[in-house]
Amino acid sequence: MIEVINVEKKFGDQKVLKGISTTFEAGQTSLVIGQSGSGKTVFIKSLLGVHEIDKGTIAFNGRIYGEMSQDEKRELRSEIGMVFQGSALFDSMTVEENIGFPLKMFTNKTAKEIKERVDFVIERVNLVDSHHKKPSEISGGMQKRVAIARAIVNNPKYLFCDEPNSGLDPETATVIDNLIQEITKEYNITTVINTHDMNSVMEIGEKIVFLKKGLIAWEGTKEEIFRTENKAVVKFVYSSNLFKKVRAAVLSGH
Amino acid sequence: MLKDMFNRPVKWSVMKQLILKEIDDLIIDSLGIVCFISFFVGGVVAIQTALNLTNPLIPRYLIGFATRQSVILEFAPTFISIIMAGKMGSFITSSIGTMRVTEQIDALEVMGVNSLNYLVFPKIVALFLYPFVIGVAMFLGIFGGYLAAVYGGFATATEFIAGLQVEFVPFHITYAFIKTLAFAFILATIPSFHGYYMKGGALEVGKASTVAFVWTSVLIIITNYFLTQILLS
Repeated sequence: MIEVINVEKKFGDQKVLKGISTTFEAGQTSLVIGQSGSGKTVFIKSLLGVHEIDKGTIAFNGRIYGEMSQDEKRELRSEIGMVFQGSALFDSMTVEENIGFPLKMFTNKTAKEIKERVDFVIERVNLVDSHHKKPSEISGGMQKRVAIARAIVNNPKYLFCDEPNSGLDPETATVIDNLIQEITKEYNITTVINTHDMNSVMEIGEKIVFLKKGLIAWEGTKEEIFRTENKAVVKFVYSSNLFKKVRAAVLSGH
Repeated sequence: MLKDMFNRPVKWSVMKQLILKEIDDLIIDSLGIVCFISFFVGGVVAIQTALNLTNPLIPRYLIGFATRQSVILEFAPTFISIIMAGKMGSFITSSIGTMRVTEQIDALEVMGVNSLNYLVFPKIVALFLYPFVIGVAMFLGIFGGYLAAVYGGFATATEFIAGLQVEFVPFHITYAFIKTLAFAFILATIPSFHGYYMKGGALEVGKASTVAFVWTSVLIIITNYFLTQILLS
């Protein structure tokens, strides 16, 4: 579980996060949505410790990040998996080496043990026959799978995904969404996804946090988002005609 | 950057592999172009010297002497380093810069890896072997000069070799290698700095490589001036 209490962050004179408080539960896929410039990326990076917050508290299973020693922070980082928007796979490594990287860096596992774990994870994300390929030799959807495999290989307690569906076709995007949700349930991970993709919101949004100008303007579940009267959420989520029709159908009981 | 590089070092089993990879990328991969340039420039130095010795009273062994002095004192350590600022420097800046724009450095940091230690330290260690490259350049430069002088009919083999031995100061070799080590440090750090701290996209990676080449060359020239002043005056 991640508890966020009154978090503020500013760059120069510009306050990007203006007092955010929320909770992300284990075994649940939580989605952070909002317009570009609403503070989503800064929020995620603050949770990851990439940005130092100016005010507030972030606690990982009760451990307050700001009060941790360097060793404790390092230990916490080894419990975090991250899927970047562009996958951020290491170009010079094969799929297998990319996935095994966190194990090689942070565990004392033997080469055989690493290979076994990597093979297991590769199979889990349906990446067979790609072990020795470089990231440039596989498709965008496969790159995302490799990124997810790398993020979960070390059994993380927390999984962060930044726009995991960006650049993917709708079918592959749904597969990736479902994969993230399955893994979240299977390993009881606290998963936080930063997304613009409304399909993801409707598919896997067990908790949705809507950010607007550095503040939480609304939070709820995918079921609640259909019925909300919050104007900012309605304007953002139901901007396309398709979603307007879906919402109308849901509200009218069809 | 240098101070941060030593925080949270990467474990030795991983670092060893990174250093070997950098030796391959930076040292071994540079040998071909260094050999080619050194051999032909050594030859040109010998020919130019010979063509300028128009006075019959000047001994022909000066061709060997001039070739040795030019290659050991300046051509091999300084000019090869400037060429390497283009070759190695742009490789270092563009590879680290690309990792920056594709979030690979962020990925390392989020995992808890000290990205400076992971990316820059192995390059600095690998470039401790840079004097080997310069040693090869010295040998091939003089050998190229020998072949051009002897087979071009400008001097006999005996005259050229006698010239190589005339007024030989062993400290000149030491001076050349001290310079080389200083240049190796500049070659590893300046391009790394420009790659690591760059912002933007693919276009900026190209710009960073160019800026890194310019600054590396400038620093090599200035360092060369001061080291020559300090060590040879």
